Amino acid sequence: MLAYPVLGISDVQLVASSNFRSTRFRAHSVLPGFNLALGYTLLYLSLIVLIPLSALFIKSATLGWEGYWDVITNTRVLASLRVTFFASFAAAVINVFFSLIVAWVLVRYSFPGKRIIDALVDLPFALPTAVAGITLATLYAPNGWLGQYFAAYGIKVAYTPLGIVIALTFIGLPFVVRTVQPVLADVEAEVEEVAASLGAGRLDVFRRVILPAVFPALLTGFALAFARAIGEYGSVIFIAGNMPYISEISPLLIVSKLEQYDYAGATAIAVAMLLISFVILFAINALQWWTSRRGSR
Amino acid sequence: MRCNGGLAEEVADNVRSFPATKDFHPRICLLIDTALLYLLLFLGLPLVAVFVEAFSKGWSLYLSALNEPDAWSAIKLTFITAAIAVPANLVFGIAAAWCIAKFEFKGKSLLITLIDLPFAVSPVVSGLVYVLLFGAQGWFGNWLQAHDIRLLFAVPGIVLATIFVTFPFIARELIPLMQAQGKEEEEASISLGASGWQTFWLVTLPNIKWGLLYGVILCNARAMGEFGAVSVVSGHIRGMTNTMPLHVEILYNEYNFVAAFAVASLLALLALVTLLVKSLVEWQARRSGEPLHGEVK
Repeated sequence: MLAYPVLGISDVQLVASSNFRSTRFRAHSVLPGFNLALGYTLLYLSLIVLIPLSALFIKSATLGWEGYWDVITNTRVLASLRVTFFASFAAAVINVFFSLIVAWVLVRYSFPGKRIIDALVDLPFALPTAVAGITLATLYAPNGWLGQYFAAYGIKVAYTPLGIVIALTFIGLPFVVRTVQPVLADVEAEVEEVAASLGAGRLDVFRRVILPAVFPALLTGFALAFARAIGEYGSVIFIAGNMPYISEISPLLIVSKLEQYDYAGATAIAVAMLLISFVILFAINALQWWTSRRGSR
Repeated sequence: MRCNGGLAEEVADNVRSFPATKDFHPRICLLIDTALLYLLLFLGLPLVAVFVEAFSKGWSLYLSALNEPDAWSAIKLTFITAAIAVPANLVFGIAAAWCIAKFEFKGKSLLITLIDLPFAVSPVVSGLVYVLLFGAQGWFGNWLQAHDIRLLFAVPGIVLATIFVTFPFIARELIPLMQAQGKEEEEASISLGASGWQTFWLVTLPNIKWGLLYGVILCNARAMGEFGAVSVVSGHIRGMTNTMPLHVEILYNEYNFVAAFAVASLLALLALVTLLVKSLVEWQARRSGEPLHGEVK
């Protein structure tokens, strides 16, 4: 504003009128750069994310409802969706259970090497999925370090749906640990001691004090791990064996449709995956809202 | 781990920051051992296995697997991709965080949700959307072909897909951090006569430097390691459009395991460096008393 002293009285009006206008869309602020920052943000967001994603929905609309339904209800597509969702669900459940223990141990006890282990929890975030994929496939192959013990009992892990669950468990591990950890740290050890000194057993303390406190965080972690697992591709394809109807995941089916230049079919599966995972995330959010409301009463 | 249950009192088990030398109750030992076994199985073993497999035929084969033109071009392409994608998302992240954290305007929470959108999309679908835009049958396919511009199955497509999947990393790190810091310091700087740029460089940037670095490291790790999205748009042209993760896949599918794990070991090294720098940044931020993630009390 001081940059235009020559404008004299009119710039007062300008400022006044611009302030008047700005109260509608945004509150007044002395800081500069709002228009530039928001303009750039919206432009970049539109170019990189919104326009490309809208192409997905517009493309699937060209199929028409019947064409879309035909692609989705194809038995191979349905089988892949079933494999994807069940394996993701199983992996997320495994992670909720064990990650609670991991988070608990990392928050409450100190032991040699704890800081290194704590840092290592983020490995699945940092390790490229293809590396995780070939490594897990090698470890769990029938002659691999771990696979040989399963093979001794006649259990095949790699190249079966079980292998998919293993890969997805690896991918989802940090999500649950990292959402539960800070919440668990906030539960005062004193509260538990009070509960214990008032005669609550260990199981009671866990059930009545700890679980209610961490339950929303557990749900969030579950949702994040689940959502990530549904879309996961790189770590799964090496260990899955990719047999149609048995161990073929939906993202792989999208890729193979693309390789056959079946763009519409690939798009239809992609839209179905997106919609189903939105519904699941929405349901979990609603559940979370409900539990936090119940807890605050 | 030393476990001598008879010495420990059960009441004391729950106390936080247990001295490392003190003996734990057997039940606690079981808990810690479960957690450690779980992490060892899912994180420790894969990490070790990458390097063991890479060096399984000795140093000379390891080096010759890396010292190969296709491997070099994959390494080069990976670095070029990250060198474009990370700064692009850095500028966007700062712009988005500036308008979201320092100003009040309508539709802010919608904007935050939209920025998070790429996290909810499967990597394969992230690649697919660019195929729909720029592919031969895509929206701009004919126009691009007429003007002899190649985006898909070429470096620009790889960079775009990488930008898409790493889109939210820096923004979602900076937004809560800058929101927690408020805008009083910037307002003071502006009212004392500093320009917008001076305020940003001298006031804002020093405040967010650790959070910024944290976001850049995670963004870079994902950019270099991305597999699914890049795989869809790359076209897998050896020596031309193969990034390191794609090169790993090709070698692995050719049963050239030593070479595949040799390239994979470089990516695993990158992951370890990422975790190390991340821990250092967290430690530095804690030491200097600047919150890293903008936790709001």
